[in-house]
Amino acid sequence: MQLLKLALRNILGAGLRTWLNVTALSFSFVVIVFLQGFYQGMNDQVERATVDALYGGGQYWQERYDPYDPLTLESSHAVIPPQLQPLVERGAATPILIHLASIYPEGRYQTVLLKGIDPSQEVLSIPSSLLKPTGGLKGDEAGIPALIGSRMAKSTGLKKGDEITVQWRDIHGTFDARDVTIMDVFRTTVQEIDNEQIWIPLGRLQQMTGTPSQATLMVLNKGLQPPGTVPGWEFKSLDFLLSDLRALVRSKTIGASILYLVLLLLAMLAIFDTQVLSIFHRRKEMGTLMALGMTRSRLIALFTLEGAFHGILAALLATAYGIPLLWYVARVGWELPEAMDQVGFALGERLFPVYTPALVLGTALLVLIVTTIVSYLPTRKIARLKPTEALRGRTL
Amino acid sequence: MTKSSVRRRATGGQTVQIEALITTTDLEKIYPLGLTTLKALDRVNLSVERGEFVGLVGPSGSGKTTLLNIIGSLDAPTSGSAEVLGRKIESLSHKEAAKLRKDHIGFIFQTFNLLPVYTVFENVEFPLLLQGIDSSERTKLVMDALEWVGLADRADSKPAQLSGGESQRVAIARAIVKKPEIVLADEPTANLDAANSHHIMKTMVQLNKELKVTFIFATHDEKVIAYLKRKITLVDGRIAKDEIREKPARTAGSGRKTRT
Repeated sequence: MQLLKLALRNILGAGLRTWLNVTALSFSFVVIVFLQGFYQGMNDQVERATVDALYGGGQYWQERYDPYDPLTLESSHAVIPPQLQPLVERGAATPILIHLASIYPEGRYQTVLLKGIDPSQEVLSIPSSLLKPTGGLKGDEAGIPALIGSRMAKSTGLKKGDEITVQWRDIHGTFDARDVTIMDVFRTTVQEIDNEQIWIPLGRLQQMTGTPSQATLMVLNKGLQPPGTVPGWEFKSLDFLLSDLRALVRSKTIGASILYLVLLLLAMLAIFDTQVLSIFHRRKEMGTLMALGMTRSRLIALFTLEGAFHGILAALLATAYGIPLLWYVARVGWELPEAMDQVGFALGERLFPVYTPALVLGTALLVLIVTTIVSYLPTRKIARLKPTEALRGRTL
Repeated sequence: MTKSSVRRRATGGQTVQIEALITTTDLEKIYPLGLTTLKALDRVNLSVERGEFVGLVGPSGSGKTTLLNIIGSLDAPTSGSAEVLGRKIESLSHKEAAKLRKDHIGFIFQTFNLLPVYTVFENVEFPLLLQGIDSSERTKLVMDALEWVGLADRADSKPAQLSGGESQRVAIARAIVKKPEIVLADEPTANLDAANSHHIMKTMVQLNKELKVTFIFATHDEKVIAYLKRKITLVDGRIAKDEIREKPARTAGSGRKTRT
């Protein structure tokens, strides 16, 4: 207790030197919490958006379906199994049929995924209701309504109201082609439902490809328990579906960690430097303390505590200006630049950082431990100091 | 408390036992100096009794500070023995030496060595903090010590706001606040003008008289020497002369020099 008081008195008495270090350290502290919260927010936001628009509460895949091998798409579809049909009927699951197709935007050849989705589904956040026939026109009279995402629109030059010829092979391998009408261009943060994809009504795709009542995958509603094993179909849990995404977010988080480690190291260097300078500039003071009867171990403890107090004061200072700042950012979000759309996962236009007590307390603890260690390392030199040598040191 | 050495002195045909606080026997201190060595103390035999007002006098390099440091357990002898308050300095561990200094020895330095971030009060309070004395007792002792040196009204000042004389008086207060048996003062007036030097010395004479504290000075300042009751002259690390002065040239109450 006595050492704590002395250490506090010493560092407060050191004035500007202390506050410069504390300010630098508090800045690192806030940046670490901000970056961690930023990536936690990104993780939450990406997962939420991807689950809403793509994965739902898990998926049943037709057993031959491999999303990484487009050549399997011709054979990876089957009749919706009777175990899953009741879920479809009551809106708790939605079937999706996927076929390879080709389009020729601006005279260029481009392979796309033609995806059939029920216009009435409410399982995914895709605006599929826009695929419903309008104006009393039905079937071929209205053409084939299609939806594309904004990235697809940008890469192909297509816009709302455009017609484009789509070429595909039916179940017998016969090429066929029809014009589709772009009913709308939707904006989404989830690239997996946007890039190189055209969404059309499920019934029309089944009709076009000669695969009535068939689907490539079935998306379950969020929170729905899968009905169990379905022959010919494999259930893919949300954890499985999100594993790649989580790995990607993790890799980006590690990248960001390097930045905040550098910041932390710079702050620690300042503390280390202060402590080293203290050992040399305060030798006479140490000699005086020894002459007054302070033991070496208590002297080491005093100087280490002085260093550790930098961490505590930094945490207090960071709390003073960091909490309002981080709270504001968490409330209004952080506007992301256009280039962030290319990072490979579903980031919105604004990112809302998430700060948890564990994150803040964990960071405070980390800063405190590291500060104490870097304070202790140079302080060990005191143990080798003779009182008479210390007293001959430079002026205070 | 501590076991003290006892020596005998013949006085008027009678032998009386006298309590010796400090005894050195064939004390030597040798410093390595490049490829050679420097003998700072050479077979020093000395005894200091409780309540003495002693000066180690001699030119620079005569071994005054070295002897003072060994008596203060800040340094250890190369050979021989130094016994302070019954403890052999050469066999003390760092911790035991620190305890001896903390409880029984006060130091006064040439450059005052006040802790710059502390106030006068906190500087004087520091030895009591180390002793673990409680707050109210500390306040009383600190204020008493500041009263002795006439600085009670400067308790809240920082060392940077004090003159040299005031700083040294704070250092004296810090040395005596714990009521030590021994106060060691290394050139205490070297950085002070004549008026302040006399003021400081009178304060110390007064404290020696009232508190029965043993003072040992290392000095070559004539102003200090004038106040000494015992003058030990060191030359090249050896005691050349040991004079006891029944009546010092100056005393706490005197304003003029008196002959011995």
